[in-house]
Amino acid sequence: MSLVWLIPGLPLIGFLFHAFLGKSIVKSMGDANGKKTIGAIATGVVFASLLISVMVFMDLMKLAPMDQRQYVSLLPGGARIPWISIGSLHVYYMGIIDPLSLLMCFIVTGVGGVIHLYATGYMADDKDYPRFFTYFNLFIFFMLMLVLSENILLMFVGWEGVGLCSYLLISFWFEDVENSKAGNKAFIVNRIGDLGFSIGVMTIFAVFGTLSFYTPQGTGFLDMAAKGITPHGMLSVGAATLIALLLFMGACGKSAQFPLYVWLPDAMAGPTPVSALIHAATMVTAGVVMITRVSPLIVHSPIAMMVIACVGVFTAFYAATIAMTQNDIKKVLAYSTVSQLGYMFLGCGVGAFAAGMFHVTTHAFFKGLLFLGAGSVIHAMSGEQDMRKMGGLKDRIPVTFWTMVCAWLAISGIPPFAGFWSKDEILGSATGFPQYGMALYAVGMFTALMTAFYMTRLMMKTFWTKPRYKDEELGAHSSHGSDDSHSHDAKHHGVHESPPSMLISLVILAILSVIGGLVGIPGHNLFDKFLAPSVAPYPLKDGMPVPIGMLLGTAFGAVGIAVCVVMYNRRQETGDLLSPKEKASNALYKGSLNLWYVDAAYYKFFVTEGGKVAEFIWQGIDRALIDGIVNFVAGLLGFLSELFRRFQTGYIRAYAFMMLAGVVAVVISVLWPFLRHLHI
Amino acid sequence: MRDILTNHLLSVVIFVPLIGAIIIALLPLRNKDNGELDSSGATVVKAVAMIFAVLDFLLSLMLIPAFQSGKAGFQLQEGPYLWISRFNVHYHLGIDGISLLLILLTTFLCLLSVIYSFNIKTRLKEYMVFIMILETAMLGVFCALDLVLFYVFWESVLIPMYFLIGIWGHERRIYAAIKFFLYTFAGSVLMLLGIVFLYVHTHTFSLIELTDPRFMPYHLLMGLPARTLLYLYSAFALAFMIKVPMFPFHTWLPDAHVEAPTAGSVILAGVMLKMGVYGFLRFCIPLFPEQARNSAPLFITLAIIGIIYGAIVAAVQPDMKKLVAYSSVSHLGFVMLGIFSFTTIGMTGAVLQSVNHGVSTGMLFFMVGMMYDRKHTREIKAYGGLKRSVPILAAFFMIALFSSIGLPLTNGFIGEFTIMLGSYLSPFAGINVTALACIGIILSAVYMLWLFQRVFTGPLDKEENKKLFDLNWREKWVLAPLVVMIFWFGCYVTTWTNFLHTPVNTIMRSSGMSEASREISQRVAKLP
Repeated sequence: MSLVWLIPGLPLIGFLFHAFLGKSIVKSMGDANGKKTIGAIATGVVFASLLISVMVFMDLMKLAPMDQRQYVSLLPGGARIPWISIGSLHVYYMGIIDPLSLLMCFIVTGVGGVIHLYATGYMADDKDYPRFFTYFNLFIFFMLMLVLSENILLMFVGWEGVGLCSYLLISFWFEDVENSKAGNKAFIVNRIGDLGFSIGVMTIFAVFGTLSFYTPQGTGFLDMAAKGITPHGMLSVGAATLIALLLFMGACGKSAQFPLYVWLPDAMAGPTPVSALIHAATMVTAGVVMITRVSPLIVHSPIAMMVIACVGVFTAFYAATIAMTQNDIKKVLAYSTVSQLGYMFLGCGVGAFAAGMFHVTTHAFFKGLLFLGAGSVIHAMSGEQDMRKMGGLKDRIPVTFWTMVCAWLAISGIPPFAGFWSKDEILGSATGFPQYGMALYAVGMFTALMTAFYMTRLMMKTFWTKPRYKDEELGAHSSHGSDDSHSHDAKHHGVHESPPSMLISLVILAILSVIGGLVGIPGHNLFDKFLAPSVAPYPLKDGMPVPIGMLLGTAFGAVGIAVCVVMYNRRQETGDLLSPKEKASNALYKGSLNLWYVDAAYYKFFVTEGGKVAEFIWQGIDRALIDGIVNFVAGLLGFLSELFRRFQTGYIRAYAFMMLAGVVAVVISVLWPFLRHLHI
Repeated sequence: MRDILTNHLLSVVIFVPLIGAIIIALLPLRNKDNGELDSSGATVVKAVAMIFAVLDFLLSLMLIPAFQSGKAGFQLQEGPYLWISRFNVHYHLGIDGISLLLILLTTFLCLLSVIYSFNIKTRLKEYMVFIMILETAMLGVFCALDLVLFYVFWESVLIPMYFLIGIWGHERRIYAAIKFFLYTFAGSVLMLLGIVFLYVHTHTFSLIELTDPRFMPYHLLMGLPARTLLYLYSAFALAFMIKVPMFPFHTWLPDAHVEAPTAGSVILAGVMLKMGVYGFLRFCIPLFPEQARNSAPLFITLAIIGIIYGAIVAAVQPDMKKLVAYSSVSHLGFVMLGIFSFTTIGMTGAVLQSVNHGVSTGMLFFMVGMMYDRKHTREIKAYGGLKRSVPILAAFFMIALFSSIGLPLTNGFIGEFTIMLGSYLSPFAGINVTALACIGIILSAVYMLWLFQRVFTGPLDKEENKKLFDLNWREKWVLAPLVVMIFWFGCYVTTWTNFLHTPVNTIMRSSGMSEASREISQRVAKLP
């Protein structure tokens, strides 16, 4: 336990090392060796963190479940140092070790380490290689802070920190201004969510008088919430609802839920390892982690749970409708991520927090793999991301293909692949939710069908249908804004499989995608048992019987796949289901392709119109009105002094006359009381 | 010597820069026809200015061990020595934790400004003289405990700044200098009237006698009719509001900032605006607690308008310096929100944010100045893609930017969060007001990130931008200490809040709010 500080500490050291020495290493050791060194250090620190996490895990498992919550310092030597200590607000650099935080440590350092390894190959030709790993290590540090902190304000440090890294990495290739704009969009939309988060934090402080989750003395706000009390009496449903909804607003931002999801698809502008690590496997699940962490508070508010479940399932469905028609391989995966995150929130909303976290875990495997696979495909196609220009890659890049198959079956919900078990558990729990449980289930199940369909579409378009490109043309042009164009030169012409560092990563994640779900088999659910000390219990009604649920889930997945395969088999040549004419006339298709016009509406309202309003406030109000009044007063004074200046003529006779007039005025005013009574 | 340093440390800290100014002024150096000194002369001027700036900074650091952070009341007091016997005016100095932080900020930023200003060519000698006089005047403001002494320092700040803007400023410097002078002066004159009125009724200018119930003048002051007190309060408050500046008295600020030379902008934003904040904390609230409390809703409203309005207007500025200037309006809105929340945490946050703003905005102004030195324009349009040509400058700018928009582990977050928490818990604000303030934080990300995008990212397509040189050592030495302060405040703010507990509690008690803050727990218990 005394080593816990090293878990976030090592990536931080890695970050500082690359930030200060990265460039000079590349310069002094030569390009190839320098990059190898940097890549090795960056990957090494993350795996070292994983190793320490495993050691801590061993320690924790020796304890009884009720003791599986340890308070540890995040500083070397067990130092207990306050970050903030003002009035009654005290925040220490302290962490909490429990199943939830350790699970996330495993995901972050494990999947994170694998993706670091992948990135050493993927980014090998990039001139900003050291900068990339600087940010990447920093991200791991902040993500670990987020999951380890014992205090919701310290969690907010990690929360904002990963947002910063996300911003930095989305706009990594900053020379294309579109990437930079995507980074801004991500940061700003997240900030809108953070409004909710930070006010939620303040409400927690106002209600409970503390920001610690748990303390050894049992005075943390979750300690109190679990007992339904506050320092001032019972915890009211209103207060719990307010806090839960505000925190959920933060979660909507970070975890890309409707209506704050718009940043995530644009975030694909970053390099593919970034999409895999930050925008699929780890950071975007932070909202689910946070909601699960505060679950003892959430369960006090039926309204908030209903809202979380509804937003989750709606987002799952909505994003899936968009994923059906996208042509950019990474965009499909991005909307699919939004959709899967919706499932996780559905799980949290119906009280199955452990199931939500289970899906976080399996999703980290299969979606991380899908992105890495997509990166490998893009790599093979020399930077091409448009699936309309792919096809027939099955035999050309076999390792990528077979690993992608694992991920595809996992996300489509085919047993025994990982995604099946977690999705099944979430949907099964939904049927037991007292309010509209079956409706939530139905929408979720239909979405599962769509998921299977659009993922199969992605596989068909990329791997199975006839090739729609010519080998010699590949890499000749660097398509605008595309992912890989920066890192490739002429030596890689034609389709080619990726280097070993990338393939190893794919294989590791493929194995996890196949067997990773077996820890959560119904009836023998080790995962739920492991996580139980960290999440609030929520009594669900008896829903649909498990075997029927599993059967239905498998059937829906299989039907989705089958329909898609049949349809695309008929269109082997074009790889397109609809003809151009149908595309032009089909409103549903156009709506989905254009993201249901939401992004455009946001842009029009907030950027175009908002800009006009701001311009008016500056020119019309600030300059013309407020400063106008100031200058008018100054001008008026100037005018008056100009006026009075004229009396200073310098002529004695004028002064004498004015003096006489003055004397007369004084005399009249003195005599006025008498004159008034004279009745002249 | 030892005696002077122990018993008169404050006077020493205040007047060392003035001695420096006199020595520089007496140096037998003449400007050439083009207004420049020959190189050896310039070196001498720089060396002397540097020696005195460093010396004063070190002396101000000596205040820290001499200061006892747990002790109530003013410390290191000097005087009261009778100055003008006819009117009972005294030379009386003394500091508490709030003054201490602002003194350190002043000597720190002045030192950096001197280092930065080594690149000034025209009339270097006069320039350094004015900076040094300015430093003395500002330090005096934060130490004076006699109202007349305070007023003298307060007004004498205007004169060197007037010349700094008017002589070394940019195109519209005369307009800006006069506007700056007249606007702030108009407010101060009202305060002078108030001070005289106080004297007529209480026969003292001593702040301590006026605010401590053990003295007669306190009771005389409290015995004045409520209407009179309100007028007096308004006179003081207006002077300080203009200085802060609060919406709608802010329009002098963008003009002054844009036209001032870089070091002038840094000192203006970093220290001079804090004089207004200090005025509220030191004079307005302790002298007129009831009026201050009653006006809290008004000030909170103006603060919120300032936060959002400043941010919106900042977003559409085509000029970098103006953008930063309007962002100051927004940030100072937060400070005022913290003060008028009348909560311990909010007021502590307000002082912290004052210092933070000095550090972050000071750094932003330095960096805009550095870019101006390279390209001679502040137009955002003229830049683009600079991250490729000047990566170190871009990295520093990014740190300043994220500090300014309040990312956790930077100083800005601590200030903003504590202020908003204070406003949330305040009997005068609450959740809705805090949510509005939070919109200002979103907007700060909008204008800052958009600025960064337009200046540093995108293709490096302008030929002349490719040849820009990155930061030199002088510039790195200016920026590095600021970065250290950003993270020191951000990661371990306890160092600084230790100084603030006692003075903030004193202000809270004098404003009669410590009882009210106890009611908060009851209010909160009634949440939905």
